[in-house]
Amino acid sequence: MAKKLLEIKNLTQYFGSSKEPVKAVDGISFDIYEGETLGLVGESGCGKSTTGRSIIRLYDITDGQIIFNGKDVHSSKSANEMKQFNRQMQMIFQDPYASLNPRMKAGEIISEGFDIHGLYKNKKERREKVESLLEAVGLNREHANRYAHEFSGGQRQRIGIARALSLNPSFIIADEPISALDVSIQAQVVNLLKQLQKEFNLTYLFIAHDLSMVKYISDRIAVMYRGKIVEIGLADDIYHSPVHPYTKSLLSAIPLPDPLSESKRTRISYVHEDLDESASFYEVADKHFVYGTAASVKKWQNA
Amino acid sequence: MSEPILQVKDLRINFKTFAGVVQAVRGVNFELNAGETLAIVGESGSGKSVTSNALMKLIPEPPGIYESGEIIFNGRDLIPLSDKEMSKVRGNDISMIFQDPMTSLNPTMRVGRQITEVILKHKNISKSDAKKRAIKLLDQVGIPMPEKRYKQFPHEFSGGMRQRVVIAIALAAEPKLLIADEPTTALDVTIQAQILELMKEIQKTSNTSIIFITHDLGVVANVAHRVAVMYAGQIVEYGTVNEIFYNPKHPYTWGLLGSMPDIDSNSDELLRTIPGSPPDLTNPPKGDAFAARNEFALAIDYEKEPPMFQVSETHFAKTWLLHPDAPKIPIPEAVAKRIEGYLGKENVLNGEKTIRN
Ligand SMILES: Nc1ncnc2c1ncn2[C@@H]1O[C@H](COP(=O)(O)OP(=O)(O)O)[C@@H](O)[C@H]1O
Ligand SMILES: Nc1ncnc2c1ncn2[C@@H]1O[C@H](COP(=O)(O)OP(=O)(O)O)[C@@H](O)[C@H]1O
Ligand SMILES: [Mg+2]
Ligand SMILES: [Mg+2]
Repeated sequence: MAKKLLEIKNLTQYFGSSKEPVKAVDGISFDIYEGETLGLVGESGCGKSTTGRSIIRLYDITDGQIIFNGKDVHSSKSANEMKQFNRQMQMIFQDPYASLNPRMKAGEIISEGFDIHGLYKNKKERREKVESLLEAVGLNREHANRYAHEFSGGQRQRIGIARALSLNPSFIIADEPISALDVSIQAQVVNLLKQLQKEFNLTYLFIAHDLSMVKYISDRIAVMYRGKIVEIGLADDIYHSPVHPYTKSLLSAIPLPDPLSESKRTRISYVHEDLDESASFYEVADKHFVYGTAASVKKWQNA
Repeated sequence: MSEPILQVKDLRINFKTFAGVVQAVRGVNFELNAGETLAIVGESGSGKSVTSNALMKLIPEPPGIYESGEIIFNGRDLIPLSDKEMSKVRGNDISMIFQDPMTSLNPTMRVGRQITEVILKHKNISKSDAKKRAIKLLDQVGIPMPEKRYKQFPHEFSGGMRQRVVIAIALAAEPKLLIADEPTTALDVTIQAQILELMKEIQKTSNTSIIFITHDLGVVANVAHRVAVMYAGQIVEYGTVNEIFYNPKHPYTWGLLGSMPDIDSNSDELLRTIPGSPPDLTNPPKGDAFAARNEFALAIDYEKEPPMFQVSETHFAKTWLLHPDAPKIPIPEAVAKRIEGYLGKENVLNGEKTIRN
């Protein structure tokens, strides 16, 4: 079994007043293993981005623990340790237009982090690193001197990926990195992420609402609903033997590029049942966990 | 087969910009029958929205120019119509749904009134009957508690609910043709599925024709009877939904189909991609516009634009590969394997072969 790179324990992130908080993330626990891709799916507003942003410490979490490489991320005090975490964990965002400053050159965007972390101080070293990053993401060295606004959507996402890779991270959170791109460009970016994962031994948390791409890129998938993870397991198991009724409903709604099967599609609608205090995770198969009460999980398994 | 309610012939739309003349739509032809859904697919910038906006005569002039063509709707060409005549067609015979519901909603008006206004404009009925009908429409598009929702403002609705309101407004006039430009692209899959079901149901009961624009091939397979694949301002393949998905002939269609992951595909294999990006339409390339990205391009592709070759009575593709003298290029293995998989599943289910080509 691979080593646990991240352990998320009871992660809780509330927003707004303490009287009536928005429970964006409501006590979730899961692990991410070194070298794997964990897909995180669920409808908009269920808490996927908040989960990613809490892990990377864009928020002070309401409760819980995030343990990275054996160390608690949120309790670390020393500036040096914080810098280390910052280097190790990077994020790629959905909108390649909004996430890059259009007035900066691609080379500047990619090397922005170098100064903060005191890396590649020598000019030549710096240029070489930028060029090798551009090439790693399928752009070429001449692109370093072009402004962000001169690139297409797919190319901008490549710059975003190069920026995320610039500090040699081990863990990358990709928050809907392909949702804004055309199908054929999506495939290019997904292929690139896969190749880079192999090359640099990266671990991914891949957030998406497009379930077919998630299935393709992920080793395991976590399904989130209203701030909670309701099911987690190997990608194949989630797709072929879902247990939680929300997962079943979600899967039944994905249209496939197959007209004959589409003509027979029957959508399963999901009706949420509130669970009592005893709800927790039940292992229904190897590495496959479902959130519910003992009785409800049994019922769902037999459904 | 019934008379087509819409025939588009050699439609060409240009835009005059500082950088030059953008040839956004370069000779588009298609037909639509009553009760039929045509899906238009293609990458962004391929001219889908310009084509559908043109049908509603919504192209801003300037910078837009209706360079040539006919849009024959119910036997009448819409191109020469005045703004005044056209406004009678819009929302009456033809309605449109856009990706962003807020482009069609008035944020300061209660949704009920937005629907009744359309009904009253098109039907000679009393206000109270219009209200009844509006509430029924809200109910039909799956909005719970329609009486209460009738009195609310757009901001009190979620994104999916707003899009349903827009559909209710579009349907209020009982249009013969509904044009939907990426109506579900911004929505969650479960809400998308509900809206697709709704549109199909309405089509069945009212025999509405639908033009559905999307870049999601799954959605196409779900809603379409016929499919037009657009590339660089032209339709490059046109056929029934089964022909396009199970017997695609154009290398661009192969590329689109191949770049979608398959639920059962092996994740160790990389996805097929279409290299490069679409051409600049201020200066479309000579020959076949797809040639530069086409791994199967022939020498002639760089010289001469291919005509539409006919594959079957209903199936056409604009590629020199269909010329009798062209080398026989088989469909790429990954795509072929997937199609076999889909049809194979079908055979297992039915105990016989349903589709052959
Ligand atoms: N900074 C914030 N302040 C207040 N509420 C927020 C904030 N960020 C997210 N939320 C709320 O938290 C919930 C989860 O949001 P998000 O994590 O963005 O969902 P997802 O990424 O799954 O669409 C939503 O109800 C959202 O409105
Ligand atoms: N108002 C306009 N002025 C100039 N060019 C335009 C205008 N509207 C659309 N275009 C151009 O027309 C082409 C087709 O655009 P569009 O139909 O919106 O593509 P799609 O809907 O397939 O993504 C694009 O190259 C686009 O830039
Ligand atoms: Mg999000
Ligand atoms: Mg468009």
